[in-house]
Amino acid sequence: MATPLVSIENVDMRYGGPDGTLAVSGLNLKIERGEFVAVVGPSGCGKSTLMKLTTGLHIPQSGVVIVANSQVTKPVSIVGMAFQNPTMLPWRTTLENILLPLEIVEKHRHRLRAHKAEYVAKAERLLETVGLKGFGDKFPWQLSGGMQQRANLCRALIHEPELLMLDEPFGALDAFTREELWCVIRDLHASQDVTIVLVTHDLRESVFLADKVVVMSARPGRVISEHVVPFERPRQLELLYEPAFNEMVQKLHGEIATARAAA
Amino acid sequence: MSTIETVTPVAAPPRPAFKVNWVRLSPLLYTVGLFVIWEVGVRLSGLPHTIFPTPTRVFEAIVQYWSPIWKNSLQTLYTTVLGFIIAIVAGLGIGLFIGWSKTIYAGLYPIMVGFNAIPKVALVPILVIWFGIGTVPAVLTAFLISFFPIVVNVATGLATIEPETEDVLRALGAKKMDIMLKVGIPRSMPYFFGSLKVAITLAFVGSVVSETVASNSGLGNMMASAQSNFNVPLVFAGLLMLAVEGIAMYALMAWVEKRMTGWAHRSTMAQ
Repeated sequence: MATPLVSIENVDMRYGGPDGTLAVSGLNLKIERGEFVAVVGPSGCGKSTLMKLTTGLHIPQSGVVIVANSQVTKPVSIVGMAFQNPTMLPWRTTLENILLPLEIVEKHRHRLRAHKAEYVAKAERLLETVGLKGFGDKFPWQLSGGMQQRANLCRALIHEPELLMLDEPFGALDAFTREELWCVIRDLHASQDVTIVLVTHDLRESVFLADKVVVMSARPGRVISEHVVPFERPRQLELLYEPAFNEMVQKLHGEIATARAAA
Repeated sequence: MSTIETVTPVAAPPRPAFKVNWVRLSPLLYTVGLFVIWEVGVRLSGLPHTIFPTPTRVFEAIVQYWSPIWKNSLQTLYTTVLGFIIAIVAGLGIGLFIGWSKTIYAGLYPIMVGFNAIPKVALVPILVIWFGIGTVPAVLTAFLISFFPIVVNVATGLATIEPETEDVLRALGAKKMDIMLKVGIPRSMPYFFGSLKVAITLAFVGSVVSETVASNSGLGNMMASAQSNFNVPLVFAGLLMLAVEGIAMYALMAWVEKRMTGWAHRSTMAQ
């Protein structure tokens, strides 16, 4: 078996000095290349810490984080990130926002000026994929919340990251928009060679999208169980109403309730 | 929006041919009103011109002394704008420097607040000792009084970058410089241009204070000497000219602000 893209081994992470809060403890997690992993758990279980550890924004006090065969000691730059807050820069058009990572990532920043047209075309293809064709020259604040979140996904994907980290990206959206964007993410994952880690509170979302659902304990967070999602791909929204689906959601719900009670 | 467009041609009643836009007109009407109240009030109270001249008397003085008023107005405008420009450069520089890191921000902020608390009129004698009377102390006073709001606003803009934005960029390998150039500085621009409106008004305060205390020219000096000759209408004429210059520069700054950072005024632009 090939080496996993992300490997987190026995990681402890404490904030605010030696007496600070222990956010995660004894964390172990492996993510294979191309896999879609959802991380769920009670609030404050260190899901966001997990994201920051994987992307190299935080370096753990003990334990090892390995991403793409090398130990993480600084930000890894093969990741794209998207948060619940779209954080589009209001003085840039949507297209310019999407191109922003290319101005940062070492591999692209020196090519950007000379190959602008090529990158713009790529951004426009991405916009089309998420259903925002023709909105590139609009400013982000002229878009609805759901559209901004779509653009946010484009920005996270423009530099072709190997790993896409999503931190509750659909948390602030209404139910219909959220389901639409589930399908967008599902199709992106199917069509592109990308590994996705999705941190979420929404258990239906995790089961609908992921290959593997990881349940974390209350703080200090660690992985208490991993569930392989058995449903065939491509998955349709009808799946949400099938008994087997709801059974799995219910089981996860029970586990998290137990984890909460244990805290 | 489209529904309104399709419906109005049918349903709209014929618009009245002449309609007064009271909102557009009100600045003019209120100003005229103020002068009328002033005129009537002074006439009714019977105060002499040497205490409180009527506006008509003040306008007479403006016409009568136009040459010195014009010369001194230009001088005041010159010292003010020069001090203001120095304040912009220094304010931007210091603001960016302070906003760069939390440590510098924490260390320098109390010093800046302390400095700002010093009445600038108290500094004029020191400036006179250093530079003699005249233009230089006026320029420097205008600068000293007006750079603080610029510094504070620029630093605030930098210090309030959303942590998520910073995370997204840092995860891509962005250096501090990248984050400053791509996010921090554009983000602080509305704060900066907003602060210019405050700063230009303060710059006038600074230059006039200095001219009044230690200068041979400028509106401040002109008013001081007019006052010592009991030429009160000329004092009021000077005040009026200051008000006009202040309004003009403020309007210019407001226009610049709107031009440069239209995205920050999106609620009004969207309509």
